[in-house]
Amino acid sequence: MEQVDCDLVVVGGGGAGLRAAIAAAEQDPGLRVALVSKVVPMRSHTVAAEGGAAGVAREDDSLDGHFNDTVTGGDWLCDQDVVERFVAECTAEMVQLEQWGCPWSRQEDGRIHVRFFGGMTTQRSWYAADKTGFHMLHTLFQTSLRYPGIQRYDEYFCADLLVDDGAVCGVLALEIASGEPVCFTAPAVVLATGGAGRVYGQNTNAGIVTGEGMAMAHAHGVALRDMEFVQWHPTTLPGSGILITEGCRGEGGVLTNRDGRRYLQDYGLGPTEPWPRPKAMELGPRDRLSQAFWYEDQAGRTIATAQGSAVQLDLRHLGEARILERLPMITEVARRYAGVDPVCTPIPVRPAVHYTMGGIPTDARGAAPLDGLFAAGECASTGIHGANRLGSNSLAELLVFGRAAGQAAAEHARSAKRRRQGVLERLAGEALAPRLELLRNERGERLAVLRGELHRIMEQGVGIFRNEQGLDEACRALAALRERLAGGIRLDDRSRTYNTEWLTAMEFQASLQVAETMAWSARARRESRGAHVRNDAYDQRDDERFLVHTLAHPGDGSGPVIEHVPVTITRSTPRRRAYGAEGEGSA
Amino acid sequence: MSEPAKITLEVQRYHPEQDSGPRWQRYTVPYTAEMSVLEGLQYIKDHLDGSLTFRWSCRMAICGSCGCMIDGEPELACHVFLRDYAPGPVRVAALDHFPIQRDLVIDHSDFLEKLETVHSYLIPAEERTPADGTHRQTPQAMADYYDYAQCINCLLCYAACPQYGWHPDFAGPAALALLQRYNLDDRDGGHRLRERVIDAEQGVWGCTLVGYCSEVCPKGVDPARAINQNKAGSAARYLLGWWRPGRRRGEDRE
Repeated sequence: MEQVDCDLVVVGGGGAGLRAAIAAAEQDPGLRVALVSKVVPMRSHTVAAEGGAAGVAREDDSLDGHFNDTVTGGDWLCDQDVVERFVAECTAEMVQLEQWGCPWSRQEDGRIHVRFFGGMTTQRSWYAADKTGFHMLHTLFQTSLRYPGIQRYDEYFCADLLVDDGAVCGVLALEIASGEPVCFTAPAVVLATGGAGRVYGQNTNAGIVTGEGMAMAHAHGVALRDMEFVQWHPTTLPGSGILITEGCRGEGGVLTNRDGRRYLQDYGLGPTEPWPRPKAMELGPRDRLSQAFWYEDQAGRTIATAQGSAVQLDLRHLGEARILERLPMITEVARRYAGVDPVCTPIPVRPAVHYTMGGIPTDARGAAPLDGLFAAGECASTGIHGANRLGSNSLAELLVFGRAAGQAAAEHARSAKRRRQGVLERLAGEALAPRLELLRNERGERLAVLRGELHRIMEQGVGIFRNEQGLDEACRALAALRERLAGGIRLDDRSRTYNTEWLTAMEFQASLQVAETMAWSARARRESRGAHVRNDAYDQRDDERFLVHTLAHPGDGSGPVIEHVPVTITRSTPRRRAYGAEGEGSA
Repeated sequence: MSEPAKITLEVQRYHPEQDSGPRWQRYTVPYTAEMSVLEGLQYIKDHLDGSLTFRWSCRMAICGSCGCMIDGEPELACHVFLRDYAPGPVRVAALDHFPIQRDLVIDHSDFLEKLETVHSYLIPAEERTPADGTHRQTPQAMADYYDYAQCINCLLCYAACPQYGWHPDFAGPAALALLQRYNLDDRDGGHRLRERVIDAEQGVWGCTLVGYCSEVCPKGVDPARAINQNKAGSAARYLLGWWRPGRRRGEDRE
């Protein structure tokens, strides 16, 4: 098997992976950094982020403000020590990106612009029109070209971590073009593999967002944290799930139901005027808005579209010039994919899965509880999002913690000991065997059938609203699906050359593993908090019993084993989480 | 319920281990008005033939993965709709001018190398650290380069460029547009370095002003304009190199 010896492997070429690789290369220019990504970095899902990236910029804003919004938004399940560090570093990262060429939108005098985002007290979200993720990703990718220490392995699928005696010593990857295995050896690995939104059928995510990084760590004994917290973005196109940015509402867009009523006033987010104003109405947090949609839908106050029910996102009052300047991509997307021109017609929107708040637990340096393993970006659970992430905190997160993880991993790489050659060969061989077995299956079911079943289970049992009976059923159904998977996936394609069906099968195995941690974690949380809301006996927040993180440990074959561990609270004591008029008094 | 409408896709297949050259295969898929050509390909892969191979990811025309020739035109498969090709058959092939790895998957390594040769990154005019704060850049200054910064690297323009087809050494539309994106950025000081690329045979002089690259761009980038903007300067440098005694082209460009 081909072997590539390096000092640090970064898995994933999205925002977090690129930021980590650059940080490592800057800190230690002699370091051999391998950037292993299943797509060419600029295809990564960071590219689809639209609205903005948070970082205190205005004179009337403060780090305390960003801290409080984040902790309140997360319904007090945030680790406050990590949030403090996070908010303190966001702005320098935004400036760094500017100095690397990111075209942040500007004011007339040449200073950068910031916009409103949901749950944020003031304008704090740096943006590049409505293509913020696209510009950030291309800026990071192009900047990475300047560092000779970064060796890219584009279109290499990372199949497994290599772990010996409790320490990571490399990864097994498959070169997609040839299907040949490559063993990357390194004493430090940064996972920056993104989230797992494709576990659900209705989602805003790119097809590659299938959760392998989380699953790989989990398979090697790392408990995944807070996996029950899945974010539904309130405004996506029915059917396709294509994202319509929160930036639309940040610019003043409103949501109306079938009767033309701004229905969010009926869910504790009003009054409607003045508008726009922070942390109220359409600028409430995503969990509340998606839940409000669910109620409207149940009450029959949504409109019917060919792709399912929807409410209306109305931008018309902003006027054509502002819409085209601030929201050019949304305009194009709405015209092409929804057949409506937002200048003249409201856009039909409904919630879809957008983000996994949980993931691989890390400390503030990005270190995971496995020697030599680091994680950053959506695959990580740093503790900053709690039970509900605020929009524009994730683009900030991938910069702040991408850099932290890159630096910490670089330090670790220099000090850690290396494994013996024989050990690595054995580990890589063991990791490869079951993957090759997939190509030989004679029996089994079609991948699309199994995937359809996964989507059905998750949408039905682990949706916006959950209950004991539905979660029980989901856990059982996922176990049954795992049995079916063990019975085989039948692939039409048995060849090694660019076999995407084979890769999709491996992605599906990871997705199912991650889905089980979500369902089991949700069932064990018998309360309602942030994005995890139950419509059974546990419909209230319960700080007595559940002001805790969930850890989903890999089990013995019958499903994950759940443990609850304390949350770090430094200075914000949990209180009622209020928005709209009620929230204005308590801020 | 009436039967769903159907359309035939004629897809180019090529497996390097099994085929001596590309061949065509027909698939009939049901479709609805919202379905993109990409969704047609996905239907085939899911239900009819799992071996059909193509790249895709964002399905909203921003990641740049799914470029292919559709009825002979370079398009993003997620950006055009089956309804517009009804009753079909619609022909889907790998992007022109690139080696095929398998079926609709092309080898794009040549472009990735070119991105590096054109120095498509900011070379700061003055060294700064985050402590120095952001540059000031007015919206007017930004407008100079902003359109070129919209390139998603989807390579449709290379498939449209006859020059690239004949002379793969030509840096090509997207790489030269990105070169110009940084040259026009008032924070950048790297244009001297990039002049070498512009003036070289594979630089702007490789372009014969067909302009098809700009027509096919799904993001409204105008690479032909970027290239043209550089021709005058390059010509001036060339003439100056002849005219100034004792100097030759490129000698003073470190």
